[in-house]
Amino acid sequence: MSGFFDMGGYGLFVWPAYGLVFVTLFGVALASWRRERQKARLLRRLERDARAPDDGRTGR
Amino acid sequence: MQWFANPARFVRLADRVLPYALGATVALFALGLYFALVASPPDYQQGESVRIMYVHVPSAYMASATYMLLAAAGFVTLVWRHPLAAVAGRAAAPLGLAFTGLALATGSLWGKPMWGAWWVWDARLTSVLVLFFLFLGYMALWGALEDRDKAARAASILALVGVVNIPIIKFSVDWWNTLHQPASLLRAGGPTLDPAMLRPLLVMIAAYTVYFLTVLLWRMKAELAEIKLVNLSRRGRAG
Repeated sequence: MSGFFDMGGYGLFVWPAYGLVFVTLFGVALASWRRERQKARLLRRLERDARAPDDGRTGR
Repeated sequence: MQWFANPARFVRLADRVLPYALGATVALFALGLYFALVASPPDYQQGESVRIMYVHVPSAYMASATYMLLAAAGFVTLVWRHPLAAVAGRAAAPLGLAFTGLALATGSLWGKPMWGAWWVWDARLTSVLVLFFLFLGYMALWGALEDRDKAARAASILALVGVVNIPIIKFSVDWWNTLHQPASLLRAGGPTLDPAMLRPLLVMIAAYTVYFLTVLLWRMKAELAEIKLVNLSRRGRAG
């Protein structure tokens, strides 16, 4: 098992590469998902509060 | 094409696609990482360091692919003024920036043990660095111009001008003498990679692609909601 983490002496290069990819891709995905949810929630609330009669087009 | 013009219809389609895209992302990454880190052999020259390829090549490939999407979206924005095209371009740009940054960083981590240098001013590396700044410039233009239509047009023009960099990246390893190794996947005559290494690479590329689709749809939905919010607040202030 120590061979797996050692990566034939290249562990100090292989693991940071994979770690960086994971942190970046996960971070971008999480931020994008949370932003989408936050905007959608805000939009639903605003549309409910100010349900103008001419706004039936965008309502669900 | 015209079918997508309706944002509400697009959001409904996105909502239907998203659960599958997210599931495929998780499954393909799990499979890809297993192949890449466990079920593939070390290289006879590069040893275990070759495993960096399975994240480096997909990152670089997606960086170029995302830029081509930006250029295509820019073209559609300028010619047909299709509103969703601008939304797609703006939503994709931070993903492209992330992929380009990862291609540079993982390449650096691979270059140090193989070439003995974190960075060299070689044609491939330099043209990818230019790509990184193109993404930054595209995002800066969107952020700098208050008027949405003007920002969309300016960013689209930049995306179209910058697309000349894509063939330069692709063929830099053939046109110039570079340290970077030549193409072993997308080349005339087929891939030269051993099947044992081709498999993890292709699964990781597929994983990156569905990841991109998933996050792009989230970002486009957020962008469309944001446009509606701005319109609502404007109408509220006017009324």
